[in-house]
Amino acid sequence: MSETLRDIEELTEASYEYGFSTDLDTDIAPPGLNEDVVRLISAKKNEPEWLLAWRLKAFEAWQAMEEPDWAKLQIAPIDYQAISYWAAPRKKPVLDSMDDVDPEIREMFDKLGIPLHEQKMLSNVAIDAVVDSVSVTTTFKKTLAEAGVIFCSFSEAVQEYPDLVREHLGSVVPVRDNYFAALNSAVFSDGSFCYIPKGVRCPMELSTYFRINSENTGQFERTLIVADDDSHVSYLEGCTAPQRDENQLHAAVVELVAKDRSEIKYSTVQNWYPGDENGVGGIYNFVTKRGRAHTDAKISWTQVETGSAITWKYPSVILQGDRSVGEFYSVALSSKHQQADTGTKMVHIGADTTSSIISKGISAGHGQNTYRGLVKVLRSGVNARNYTQCDSLLLGKECGAHTIPYIEVKNPSAQIEHEASTSTIGEDQLYYCRQRGMTEEDAMSMIVNGFCREVFNELPMEFAVEAQRLLSVSLEGSVG
Amino acid sequence: MLHVENLTAAIGQTKILKGLNLDVGAGEVHAIMGPNGSGKSTFAHTIAGRDGYEITGTVTLDGADLLGMEPEDRAAAGVFMGFQYPVEIPGVNNMYFLRTALNSVRRSRGDTEISAREFLKVAKDAMDLVEMKQDFLDRAVNAGFSGGEKKRNEILQMAIMQPRLAVLDETDSGLDIDALRIIAGGVNALRGPERSMIVITHYQRLLDYIKPDFVHVLVDGRIVESGDHTLALHLEDHGYADFLNHGLDDAPEQPLTGVRS
Repeated sequence: MSETLRDIEELTEASYEYGFSTDLDTDIAPPGLNEDVVRLISAKKNEPEWLLAWRLKAFEAWQAMEEPDWAKLQIAPIDYQAISYWAAPRKKPVLDSMDDVDPEIREMFDKLGIPLHEQKMLSNVAIDAVVDSVSVTTTFKKTLAEAGVIFCSFSEAVQEYPDLVREHLGSVVPVRDNYFAALNSAVFSDGSFCYIPKGVRCPMELSTYFRINSENTGQFERTLIVADDDSHVSYLEGCTAPQRDENQLHAAVVELVAKDRSEIKYSTVQNWYPGDENGVGGIYNFVTKRGRAHTDAKISWTQVETGSAITWKYPSVILQGDRSVGEFYSVALSSKHQQADTGTKMVHIGADTTSSIISKGISAGHGQNTYRGLVKVLRSGVNARNYTQCDSLLLGKECGAHTIPYIEVKNPSAQIEHEASTSTIGEDQLYYCRQRGMTEEDAMSMIVNGFCREVFNELPMEFAVEAQRLLSVSLEGSVG
Repeated sequence: MLHVENLTAAIGQTKILKGLNLDVGAGEVHAIMGPNGSGKSTFAHTIAGRDGYEITGTVTLDGADLLGMEPEDRAAAGVFMGFQYPVEIPGVNNMYFLRTALNSVRRSRGDTEISAREFLKVAKDAMDLVEMKQDFLDRAVNAGFSGGEKKRNEILQMAIMQPRLAVLDETDSGLDIDALRIIAGGVNALRGPERSMIVITHYQRLLDYIKPDFVHVLVDGRIVESGDHTLALHLEDHGYADFLNHGLDDAPEQPLTGVRS
């Protein structure tokens, strides 16, 4: 092996800088899953009867289902009875003021670089902070309320806006949709809820920050965003977890409802703990994300996936209304022993619907990266258009990249394009940059960022900077 | 300025350079010519610091030992290489690349970084030199460039980096006559009393445009003949045949036991 290649491998073994855990006084249920646990969660949250019934239906469905094994993933068996399904920081804040946030929680978020103090906030972003499945605080509530925007924890929404929740919960991802969505529907503990009224352009970016803190717990959060007619919202999501030797399960569901002529832009920077360089520990990330776009509506998913031992995630758009638009922009990095099987589904139901998919997979170390995507045009999808581009970048010799596109077209007027490429960071590229005076780390970071350019361009400014930094850190090793 | 003494380079068991000696003074332009496989490109890469060679001998620039330095440190010391095959870097904006390169070198030298605005001025002048249009800066580095554009981009980079020593590896290969004229014009404009150049080429053609002070013939890893530009004209007429024989003169007098050709 040449020296440069060895260097690349060293560079890609970055340490995880969010691996600390915080000593919070936590209310935690004993491990195990049965109907009583579902009832316990519902009772803890003081939920209405219809929601308990919904959970129980999901639990019943889940028990009859089998774990999916079609993904290109090597997964150690998950013992669902060894996981605790309820963990919450014991001190609950009064939600009106940031000063009431538990100082230890506030310190934890400060350490993560996410100030919850509104005075300290640098950017125009409202944040819902979720620790171990429970929303601990939501910032900027007053400003948002003036615009008529509802942004709160899911639990709060259930209490305050039950009709909105009941109308839309499960309307995009039904409880029986898949194994992990069913599990989430049964045991989800909290998450974020957002409603943008008719004609309102949300005055700021909305953001949820997820943190798993406790040991042996799973995180099952639920996000529901409803954009009413002619509204617009941009939503950001970030995630980290402590460094632990055992795998932890994260099974979230995100549902987006974009009504007529509305637009939802959903951006994720996922940085769950990926496990160590021997593949020990790390988060199992099984996420169902889907949006329904009505007439002339647009849903855009942008994701930067650098964390998790396993990522199983296909943010999708059901293009139901005529002229609706779906977009998927993705950067997925698998280094160390990470495995990612990720992509999207674009289901063209309405006429003149358009979707575009730009996927950038980066594999390093022993990482395995699979793009799996479905473009489906129903008989009703007259003049549907899709453009798909899947690019893979390989760093080193032990990693792998795989592209598995599925295309199903039932309407002959549809136009589908698919482009794919696989490349490596050549020693020649590094040498060329170094001859021009750049260090090897700078050169590598520049080349990888260049590879991801089209996706980063889609992220809101603060997130784009964060994503570039994250990618550099994940690749360079020295920082942290 | 550049001093090369008894330089050898090998990849595994294959010896490529076999004791090369060369001195290049400040402001001089030296042409190195030679047949395929004589070690011309390897020589360029040993100066620039490419990985993968086993090297012995001495290469110093202004007294500083280049062989002990990483490629980026050599760049900071003033070494620039014009690549025979410039690589493509998709998604990386050409202007961003050039400014990062210039600032990397400035930083290593302890100079202040150049702002985007100042840089644009520098780039503008350099682009005029190689007759490049503004949109050239907005494209990704070498991605989708024609052969001629890639080579022009190399000279553009040289104009921006303002190196002490430029090694141009077959800058003329694959160029039509107009592109050759533009590139040679750029190179000539960059000649100066403080800058030395080594121009590596197969053909005398380039030397019609860039008049070298010295011409060296590289055969089988050694410089076998040096002279002024008339030497290049001689090569044009007679090829390398004379020097290939010369090369054989240096071969062991007795064939190795058991080897018969």
